Amino acid sequence: MIELLLIVLFPLIGSLVPVMTARWSRSSSALATALLPVASLALVLQLAPAVFAGETLFYKLSWVEVLGLSVSFRLDGLSLLFLFLILGIGLLIILYARYYLSEKDSMARFYGFLMLFMTAMLGIVLSNNLLQLWVFWELTSISSFLLISFWWHRADARLGARMALMITGFGGLALLAGILLIGNVLGSFELDLVLSQATVLQQHSLYPVILILVLLGAFTKSAQFPFHFWLPNAMSAPTPVSAYLHSATMVKAGIFLLARMYPLLAGSDLWFLMVTITGMTTLLVGAYLALFQHDLKGLLAYSTISHLGLITLLFGLGTDLAAVAAIFHIINHAIFKASLFMAAGIIDHESGSRDMRKLNGLWQFMPVTATLAMVASASMAGVPLLNGFLSKEMFFAETLHQEVLGALSWLIPVLATVAATLSVAYSARFIHDVFFNGQPKGLPRTPHEPPRYMRVPVEVLVALCILVGLAPAYVVGDLLAIASTAVLAGPLPVYSLSIWHGINLPLMMSVLALTLGILLYSNRKHLFRFQAELPELNPLQFFEVKINALLGFAKKWHHRFESATLQRYLVWIFVIVAMLLIWPLQQMGQFTQHNAMQKPDTLMFAATFVAAIAAIATVLCQRQRLLSLVMISIVGLVVTLIFVRFSAPDLALTQLAVEVVTIVLLMLALFFLPHKISRASNAGRLIRDGAIASICGVVIGSLSYALMLEPQQRISDFFLANSKSGGGGYNVVNVILVDFRGFDTLGEITVLGIAALGIFKLLTRLPLFRSSSDAEGRQWALDKHPMLLAVVSQALLPLALLVSVYIFFRGHNLPGGGFVAGLITAIAIILQYVAQGVDWVRERLTLDYHRLVAAGVLISTLTGIASWAFGRPFLTSWFDYFQLPLFGEIELASAIAFDLGVYLTVVGATLMILANLGKMTTEHRPVNREQS
Amino acid sequence: MELLVAIIIGVLTCCAVFLILRARTFAVMLGLTMLSYAVNLFIFSSGGLKIGAGAVLKATEEYADPLPQALVLTAIVIGFAMTAFLVVLSIRARADLGNDHVDGKLPVAKNTRQGASS
Repeated sequence: MIELLLIVLFPLIGSLVPVMTARWSRSSSALATALLPVASLALVLQLAPAVFAGETLFYKLSWVEVLGLSVSFRLDGLSLLFLFLILGIGLLIILYARYYLSEKDSMARFYGFLMLFMTAMLGIVLSNNLLQLWVFWELTSISSFLLISFWWHRADARLGARMALMITGFGGLALLAGILLIGNVLGSFELDLVLSQATVLQQHSLYPVILILVLLGAFTKSAQFPFHFWLPNAMSAPTPVSAYLHSATMVKAGIFLLARMYPLLAGSDLWFLMVTITGMTTLLVGAYLALFQHDLKGLLAYSTISHLGLITLLFGLGTDLAAVAAIFHIINHAIFKASLFMAAGIIDHESGSRDMRKLNGLWQFMPVTATLAMVASASMAGVPLLNGFLSKEMFFAETLHQEVLGALSWLIPVLATVAATLSVAYSARFIHDVFFNGQPKGLPRTPHEPPRYMRVPVEVLVALCILVGLAPAYVVGDLLAIASTAVLAGPLPVYSLSIWHGINLPLMMSVLALTLGILLYSNRKHLFRFQAELPELNPLQFFEVKINALLGFAKKWHHRFESATLQRYLVWIFVIVAMLLIWPLQQMGQFTQHNAMQKPDTLMFAATFVAAIAAIATVLCQRQRLLSLVMISIVGLVVTLIFVRFSAPDLALTQLAVEVVTIVLLMLALFFLPHKISRASNAGRLIRDGAIASICGVVIGSLSYALMLEPQQRISDFFLANSKSGGGGYNVVNVILVDFRGFDTLGEITVLGIAALGIFKLLTRLPLFRSSSDAEGRQWALDKHPMLLAVVSQALLPLALLVSVYIFFRGHNLPGGGFVAGLITAIAIILQYVAQGVDWVRERLTLDYHRLVAAGVLISTLTGIASWAFGRPFLTSWFDYFQLPLFGEIELASAIAFDLGVYLTVVGATLMILANLGKMTTEHRPVNREQS
Repeated sequence: MELLVAIIIGVLTCCAVFLILRARTFAVMLGLTMLSYAVNLFIFSSGGLKIGAGAVLKATEEYADPLPQALVLTAIVIGFAMTAFLVVLSIRARADLGNDHVDGKLPVAKNTRQGASS
């Protein structure tokens, strides 16, 4: 059923349509935007018969099965109901918004966000995978944030949007935690597998946690008490957004979640208590506060909260009939509340105000709109012959049928009647205060009827109110039945959708509520006076204060860590690393007896002594920089000797060569850095750093010691066994580099090349600090290129090059190879720079080091690619033996070509670094070619 | 033997960490260079210490572990590239910012003694 995916994808693509048609006329752009949702709706209609026949349709694309991730959709009765609401009302909103938005508002942005939101909602109701549902859930939060803050230049819009995002975002995180726990307990995120395991889940010890987390998600989204306050503040959004998000869809997402999870989570006492109490509180608080709003949209917002509470309460009651009533009220509320919001928008649009203290007597200016709004409010109040009446009757009946509160069960119907009374009162206010009650006071403009097509969506919805009210069984009977079946996951209870059930208790409750409500409204002055004496609670201000306090707190801690001093960061890093290493050290201690230690000899004692003295001297002499450089080079030499001693000739060769270039490099650095150094750190700092350094030294040293004595489980035997047969070389170290781990080596020389390029870039146009003397004020030697050195180095050059070629070729079978050979070549050339000067070398050596590096990396890569030609994986090596006259048998291996690439890269990169740094004091220093 | 090598590694790490915690770029360079000595020795020694063994086939009776050697070999070269980059970066920082402090600015002295805290 690929259609299920398409239903969601169409509006997603549709979010681009308004952007692309932004240059068209407003009407054509709106029309183009509507096309893709219409296509989705057509698909839904095409699939509807199967769903009405009782089928559930699925579509699944597997992704990461192990993690329970998949693209998985389902279409059952509940989804179908919501699809109709989302797409149907959505299309009406598109039409309405075309007239609502002014010329100044960006229609493309509005429609784009709206389509994105529609996608998210469709995704939620169609998801069969809980994780996927959650992703769409978060997408509604984000897209609604964008829609609420559509008029981002207004502070209230920004604050309202932020608050909505934070509250629903927090709920979203709770929901995610709940979903993950569900997946953990039941072993799947697929709804069709999960929903049937209610008993398993409810007997699990984590059930209360899961329930609370999921309910947090649902309650924040559908603005249940005590999270209700974000909804009135979201009213700063354009009215089409309020009509769509805050009546028909987004707030219903929370309700949808309750309905979706109903078969899985409902039925326990905990569910009953939490959902019923929350729903009842929300119902009462919302209805009460709605009465005192002066803003039209504020009244509708609190009324929405109250009705959402009613639906939640019905789900909480836990009986089958209550669930049916809840679904029925979802439909009815969406219809009348969307039309009321749109009517409020029309009034705002055509009269310039939403303040009910100014809006009076609009009947004479806009009779048609007034009639429509009055019918819708009557439905909201639960007046007979309208749809709101029907579901309210069912609600009353259900409150009478439950006995869950024991002897206190009578409280529920009484409180329900109180809420209904309040609901009648605020509905009456909406009608009387706005359309009658004298003349308008100080409106910015004279009200009049809206453009013809702006009223159409309201007319459609109000017609539905009446149709459902008159003939419920014909209009929504089937839809209600299949949606309820999906929620109950079992047989439907017996219920009747007729208007007249005879004179019974629910009817009496309705009549009582209507009468009391009208009475309450006509005596509202006393109530308003009472309310005015109560201290004012401004949730927005309260919320902002709390948020700012939190931000201040976070900032304080942030500054404590983020101090912009490298030294402090390093202290943290070193201390934490040392701490983390202590635990594994304790574990390793158990093995220390397994390997016998080797007896130390005099040489090793001497080496240890020299290395330790030199290292400590480096630290102590750090203010006499040249001296500390000499000391550290001694350390490097001892390390080289240790490599020699413990059978690592390759390492010794490389270390020795690198030692030379490093010291040359540091010498150059010394020349460019300040020569006079101010006093060292204060004593406290020295003691602290010394302590940290000692701890690190002790920890690392012990770790190394434990590691050496641990019984060896080597994978190296594989390399030793296969080096000759697989790689064609006797020198296992070299074979590992150019063959077994050739890909690593390729990466390394690439890094080398990048580092060299970066250095070159750093050196271009470098402003120079040049001092004419050293730290003690001695002039630099006048004889820059001493004769003796020049002569010796010149004589050494061919010898050194010969050695490097020899080292290179023997590398595959004896210590040596591309790395060492490259370094030797580089050193030989650098010696010429030092001895003869840049000009002299430039005349004789016209190598472009950039090209050398590039050629090296290229050769190595091509060697690797060449194996593709023989149908082998990247970097498979090849070798064979040939008989040559005079030479005898020789071996040819592709590894030689690879090693050549390594060689060239090393030569190029080393020279690029050192020669360019050395050139800084001459006229040949690097500059940007374009700029020079 | 093992103990002595471990002592060298420990001393080198200790000195290196202390140098890295200094405020001047040159000391940090020295510290990083020394730390790379320590790390290379550490990785190398994790393969065990063998005298007169070698990793060339048929040349000796017993073989040293070739894998840490290969790892360290590339680490030495890469270590050089990184040290070089750091050196040039600090030269550039000194040229552009006018000082050689690791934060790019000299700390404001708390007392009158100039540049006392670092």
